[in-house]
Amino acid sequence: MATAPDKTRKLRKNSEPMDRDELRDAYANMLLIRRFEEKAGQLYGMGLIAGFCHLYIGQEAVVVGMQHCIGKGDQVITSYRDHGHMLACGMDPKGVMAELTGRASGYSRGKGGSMHMFSKEKGFFGGHGIVGAQVSLGTGLGFANWYRGNDRVALTYFGEGAANQGQVYESFNLANLMKLPVVFIIENNRYAMGTSVERASASRDLSLNGVPWGMPSLSVDGMDVQAVKAAGEEAVAHCRQAKGPFLLEMKTYRYRGHSMSDPAKYRTREEVQRMRAEHDPLDAAKKRLEELGIAEDELKALDNAIKARVQEAAEFAQSSPEPDPSDLFTDVLVES
Amino acid sequence: MTDILMPALSPTMTEGKLAKWLKQPGDEVKSGDVIAEIETDKATMEVEAVDEGKLAEILVPEGTEGVAVNAVIARLASEGGTASPAPAPAQAPSPAPAPAPTAAPKAPARHAPATPQEPAETDWGPTKTMTVREALREAMSLEMRADDNVFLMGEEVAQYQGAYKISQGMLDEFGPKRVIDTPITEHGFTGMAVGAAMNGLKPIVEFMTFNFAMQAIDQIINSAAKTLYMSGGQMGCPIVFRGPNGAAARVGAQHSQCYASWYAHCPGLKVVAPWSAADAKGLMRAAIRDPNPVIFLENEILYGHSFECPTAEDFILPIGKAKIERAGTDVTILAFSIMVDVALKAADALAEQGVSAEVINLRTIRPLDIETIVASVKKTNRVVSLEEGWPFAGIGAEIIATVVEHCFDWLDAPPARVTGVDVPMPYAANLEKLALPQPEWVVDAVKTFF
Repeated sequence: MATAPDKTRKLRKNSEPMDRDELRDAYANMLLIRRFEEKAGQLYGMGLIAGFCHLYIGQEAVVVGMQHCIGKGDQVITSYRDHGHMLACGMDPKGVMAELTGRASGYSRGKGGSMHMFSKEKGFFGGHGIVGAQVSLGTGLGFANWYRGNDRVALTYFGEGAANQGQVYESFNLANLMKLPVVFIIENNRYAMGTSVERASASRDLSLNGVPWGMPSLSVDGMDVQAVKAAGEEAVAHCRQAKGPFLLEMKTYRYRGHSMSDPAKYRTREEVQRMRAEHDPLDAAKKRLEELGIAEDELKALDNAIKARVQEAAEFAQSSPEPDPSDLFTDVLVES
Repeated sequence: MTDILMPALSPTMTEGKLAKWLKQPGDEVKSGDVIAEIETDKATMEVEAVDEGKLAEILVPEGTEGVAVNAVIARLASEGGTASPAPAPAQAPSPAPAPAPTAAPKAPARHAPATPQEPAETDWGPTKTMTVREALREAMSLEMRADDNVFLMGEEVAQYQGAYKISQGMLDEFGPKRVIDTPITEHGFTGMAVGAAMNGLKPIVEFMTFNFAMQAIDQIINSAAKTLYMSGGQMGCPIVFRGPNGAAARVGAQHSQCYASWYAHCPGLKVVAPWSAADAKGLMRAAIRDPNPVIFLENEILYGHSFECPTAEDFILPIGKAKIERAGTDVTILAFSIMVDVALKAADALAEQGVSAEVINLRTIRPLDIETIVASVKKTNRVVSLEEGWPFAGIGAEIIATVVEHCFDWLDAPPARVTGVDVPMPYAANLEKLALPQPEWVVDAVKTFF
């Protein structure tokens, strides 16, 4: 098996742990995603959300930790498991939930659904339904930054399943050849639909998949929001200094099925329960917050405020009108 | 008290069997706990609790079949009254009502030109002779001088000066940041260009030939063409995909295919196929300025052909307008790209036999200039479509269906199609000639009308 040069394997500096306020923000952002996704699952069960619906529960630390490394003008792009990324980017839960229910007030005016939402204002470039396609697109987002000569960075997320697609490696080659500011983030949740990473990838360490192109990389505990942020800061700094792309492998886990109709027979109930009990990113952050002296009452109040926000989104998503039939024909082409 | 409802566990489930309860009344339930197993026609699925509290009562015993989605199956007592600010509605909600079945929605009229612009045949004043190759290069260079966001990328476009020398000299003028050599990696660089367009740039992507774009067609259709619609109008993709299309000469099946009908099939794309140098220059400028993805189908053989081309600084042609290359009264011949040459030769031959043929150069395949086509057919009452691509579901099929829909009563004869032969392109010189439309084929088709 290939081994990477040592320099690609260790954090260059020991990042400061998040302070109390930052960790509380991160916890709140993760909790918003968790509660939103639980509600989305519930609405799906009630028939209010249809089609494909891929929940992010379990993986919250990845996107929240990375979001703490970037700012306005940077770009984020991901696959179809995208609700968490949208919320982390600051998109309004009401608009996201209304898109899930297929309503006119959704981010794509009801024409995209769970897998296809965008917000240029928040730097979120989708939401893409073809496995791996967003990796080339994200490389192009970074290309535009390079072309303009600014220091912006494109965070390009994909799963360990997509990591077997040919265009991922075409993109690695292009990004390294042209020194494009792209952070490639593999969210390794261990299962590509029902196929475990061991059954799908001959590479036993996905963080080494960029080695042939000389791409620096880190393997990260994706269940620890502070570890994610520390690695993300190094990757983003590398890109901002015009040194080219960076690869992060986030070792994470999804608690729910691939989509809503997944009976999840490819893994044991015990495995899921063990991850939830021993590695939950929210539990870990909550425990740390308590150690930092945040009272349980305050955390409870936070939880209730987030639940109320999600409930408001759910009610908005159910009460908003469906798109007007005339919208069937709009947005096919930009009328010049 | 919170109702627990029978969940839908797949996009198509309407009812299921409550196979087993894993929690009993009095048990504490936490979010994420499995509370029951449900059998659908596809699988046995576990039901996880969403809310927290104590299971108060079970309303549907295990083993019950045919439990409707959204029926109340159990009740949960919430802890301390605070954990569940979001009780499910007491009455089982029903999914948003689908609109009652109605007649198929009516698309906006296709008569109107999709992009109303200045008349196609503006008099642009003085002309000079130039090749299609020079016209394409001049159009790209003019637009790149005018707009810093426009750049050219593709295989061999820069240092090699273009596989077909279209971009000759452009690296010198614009530098390596705007004339970019890519590795041979169509899928990757096409996706990268589409991402750059989503992020505000205006790429021109050269495919060495459109045959190689098949490696990248997912990015062209699923990413470039559909994202505007899927984003409710937010994410435009101003990009031009260009390169030689169709048969060249003796390059065999994998390098000799017309992709006009492949791309013209897809909403969200515009498809342009120039014939002359003026077409190439005017339409390329329009394609680069267009805020949508444009497929620009060139022809290798035409690159070296010379035509008169307007010299006016602001010369441009509208996408979506056909041009009458030769006026006539007895039959309309519709063609695009190099088949316009074949149509004009056929018209010469027909003139010798006393038949006056009108030749229309389509210029744009999508949106099709139905107005010009219909007006001509209403005048001549006979129509032949001519293309080098395959017949099945080809452009001719679409054109003739359109003619029949719009002017059936004006037709004096069944419309005719002349197409490339329905086989992969052979290599042998004699066989290749037999596979591609010749002027005589058009003459023969027209003669059946009289």
